[in-house]
Amino acid sequence: MSEMPTYKKKDFTSDQDVRWCPGCGDYAILASVQLAMTKIGKKKEDIVFVSGIGCSSRFPYYMDTYGLHTIHGRAPAVASGVKVQNPDLSVWLITGDGDGLSIGGNHTIHLVRRNLDINVILFNNEIYGLTKGQYSPTTRVGMKTKSTPYGSIDRPFHPASLVIGANSTFFARTIDTDPKHMQEVFLKASQHKGTSFVEVLQNCVIFNDKTHDPVTNRATRPDNSINLEHGKPMIFGKENNKGIVFDGFTPKIVTIGENGITEKDLAVHNENEPSGVWSYMLSTMSYPDMPVPLGVLRCVDAAVYESAVHEQIDNAKSKFGEGSMEKLLHSGDTWTIK
Amino acid sequence: MATTTKEVDHVVIRFSGDSGDGMQLTGTQFSSTSALMGNDVATFPDFPAEIRAPAGTIAGVSGFQVNFGTTEINTPGDEPDVLVAMNPAALKANVKDLRKGGVIIANVDAFTDLNFKKAKYEGNPLDTHELDNFQVIKAHITNQTVEALKDIDLDNKSKERCKNFYALGMTYFMYSRELDTTINWIATKFKGKDKLIEANTIALKSGYHFAETIEAIPSAYKIQPAKIEPGLYRHINGNTATAWGFIQAAEASGRKLFLGSYPITPASDILHELSKYKNFGVRTFQAEDEIAGVCSAIGAAFTGALALTTSSGPGIALKGEAIGLAMMYELPLVIVDVQRGGPSTGLPTKTEQSDLNIALNGRNGESPIIVIAASRPNDCFHMAYEASRLALEHMTPVILLTDGYIANGTEPWKIPDLKEYSKIETKLVDGKKPAEEKYLPYTRDEKTLARPWAIPGMPGYEHRLGGLEKQENTGNVSYDPMNHETMCRIRKEKVERVANDIPEQEVEGETSGDLLVVTWGGTYGAAHMAVQELRKEGKKVSLAHLKYINPLPKNLESLISSFKKVIVPELNQGQMKNYLNQTFQCNAIGYNKVQGLPFKIRELVGVFNKVLEQ
Repeated sequence: MSEMPTYKKKDFTSDQDVRWCPGCGDYAILASVQLAMTKIGKKKEDIVFVSGIGCSSRFPYYMDTYGLHTIHGRAPAVASGVKVQNPDLSVWLITGDGDGLSIGGNHTIHLVRRNLDINVILFNNEIYGLTKGQYSPTTRVGMKTKSTPYGSIDRPFHPASLVIGANSTFFARTIDTDPKHMQEVFLKASQHKGTSFVEVLQNCVIFNDKTHDPVTNRATRPDNSINLEHGKPMIFGKENNKGIVFDGFTPKIVTIGENGITEKDLAVHNENEPSGVWSYMLSTMSYPDMPVPLGVLRCVDAAVYESAVHEQIDNAKSKFGEGSMEKLLHSGDTWTIK
Repeated sequence: MATTTKEVDHVVIRFSGDSGDGMQLTGTQFSSTSALMGNDVATFPDFPAEIRAPAGTIAGVSGFQVNFGTTEINTPGDEPDVLVAMNPAALKANVKDLRKGGVIIANVDAFTDLNFKKAKYEGNPLDTHELDNFQVIKAHITNQTVEALKDIDLDNKSKERCKNFYALGMTYFMYSRELDTTINWIATKFKGKDKLIEANTIALKSGYHFAETIEAIPSAYKIQPAKIEPGLYRHINGNTATAWGFIQAAEASGRKLFLGSYPITPASDILHELSKYKNFGVRTFQAEDEIAGVCSAIGAAFTGALALTTSSGPGIALKGEAIGLAMMYELPLVIVDVQRGGPSTGLPTKTEQSDLNIALNGRNGESPIIVIAASRPNDCFHMAYEASRLALEHMTPVILLTDGYIANGTEPWKIPDLKEYSKIETKLVDGKKPAEEKYLPYTRDEKTLARPWAIPGMPGYEHRLGGLEKQENTGNVSYDPMNHETMCRIRKEKVERVANDIPEQEVEGETSGDLLVVTWGGTYGAAHMAVQELRKEGKKVSLAHLKYINPLPKNLESLISSFKKVIVPELNQGQMKNYLNQTFQCNAIGYNKVQGLPFKIRELVGVFNKVLEQ
């Protein structure tokens, strides 16, 4: 084994021209991922990026690692094959709200259910970009798009609710305007053993500009988002004086110092809560009624699929010995014709 | 009264009853015993799509046909000589197939008014004249089984369940079968359940003794051992042989076998079979759907596996886009299509050859891939190995066509010499490229046009593959018009050049004559027997059975042109005929059947004779 090289961002930059629209949020995500790759402790030949179809799915072409640009929605299945075949690889799946939640929704929930040790980054811009502006499964009700000239009537998914509902072991959310936060979240995702699902609120400058602006804009972000920290009370706001309490299953905003509320009355984030109920409640918090949770919503340990696959193989080998076709051919009833 | 023993060269028995009556097991036992006694054997199960259709109805009838004999056996037989009918529905569903003069063994205990109604008989068919052309043996199979087991401490229902062994015992006497194989099997199967071992053994012997005793069986038949090529033999069905062929190909190529699959009739048994062999390092992934099955295999192929997906018609339709992607990636991938009756959901448990068109053309754009087909159950090992060899050596997807008939059919198989299946040369790069030299994934082998295969984990070979058109050599995304045309031509020529790497077309009979019969897939047995029969009569008929379909063998065109007429019998509406006519402008005529049933030998003899006379 050769030693772990020290990488710079350019080591993960391929020789291909990046072809996203000027101003697209994808550029910042790409840069943050390339920087995160220098820190995950994996050699570049052991890293594979897999994507589906859509603007975000061009991503693997720009990474100087192994990569697969697959077909629409199917990246989770392709990535599963990669990971089962070689569990030592660091596998990253790049998808979007259309690719991962609409045409590929089935594969997404089954990837999460099986808990393969794959890192998913879902670029959520709440619109179809590559096909030029149709509504997606995360587009808000009422939004006018090319295919909803009278406003969208589809009830959208919260990606977090869907993924946590599918028995996810790791879910985090970050924003395309904060490279530092993105890198931190990608690193945590890579450290988690199991399917790590990261939603990035990403801006489509052409078809859905500023859709996440209240959350991602430096000026309005403090009042419209909440940074989750494990074991810490849920505090947010420009003045750091607002907090979250739960009335049964319903989150409510309170102000510290008003009506006798102190820090001790606030809900405390527990990303390790086993059942998923806590994380699910957080997943329902959305703009404009509630601050949008950023950071790790859920992180729990569970059996990892590909490890179990190889464990069964190893067990069978120690129990029955290495397989022999010669023996198999002669097993059961045989007879000789003279 | 002493029974007389009559010698015949082959006999076809069909066991038929409710799907819960254990007819598959009974048939399997009969064929195992016969093979061990040195007969050549072929079998075919015929079961309903419903797991347990209502008992007593025609929809619930399950059958198993065995053809065994002293001569070469190539099909499960045209017409049964003996029909075991465990109830009226089984009689009704099968009597039309029975040879005139054939024997019916009817379990009269199930011939009740209620069952007549369920089988849509107006009265007891055994009392009318409709069975006058047959020899009917009325046997109280259920009651006598229960009676024979009266001293065994089992409930009545469990005793009744032993009735299939009673029926089996009767046929064992009729055809002078030895009881030992089945008695040993019962002992292993019910190990630890002594009462069941005793009960089933007694039922078997009681049936045997009953047949010996009753005067209703006028003559017993004796079948001598067949003249078969010397060697060590075992039984194999098509799906098992297919699974084993892939395991051997993985061994021969030094690659790990990965199967991504989704359950579907009649292909699931390959998934079941491969799931057993974890100690061979086989990875099986039961995916969430057909598309995920093939896509996971593509991911595994990129990562260095011998990657495989298995399905049947409806699943192949779903996999089309992904197969096109594998073709674009130029990765090795084997797709097994165990064909069934189509279109749509069609006839899931019946056989057909109607997926040739989708195998050849079922993808968007210009997307040629290799297509090959197995000819009989014991050919599946070889063809699965061949599919893997071609995929790995030529870096392309390969579709292997089998069908429900050969997948479920069982026949003796001369155990192959594994030295003949020991070396597949993959296109895996050696990993010794100088660090400063860039890896170009789309450079090509001069002879085959196959591209190199570098896999994750190899330093310095990092590269990206995509479904977008790629620049020659570099593999970078390219929208250049001339490059696209070049790449389409290369991908086409790559598959065409596989013709240099497959055997020439073999022909049974002379290489010229009046009529060339061209077949492919599971119709081999019937066509072979029919052609043999006509040749014995001195007719100038030959058989070319195609196993390599795209590309076709290089000598096929000249072979076809050396015959006055060409006929292509197939279980579809003329897909191979059209393909040959389109390729060679050869005026081949078709003989087609889409009934979910295989060809009969006599049927083909009639058709070929008619064509010769025209």
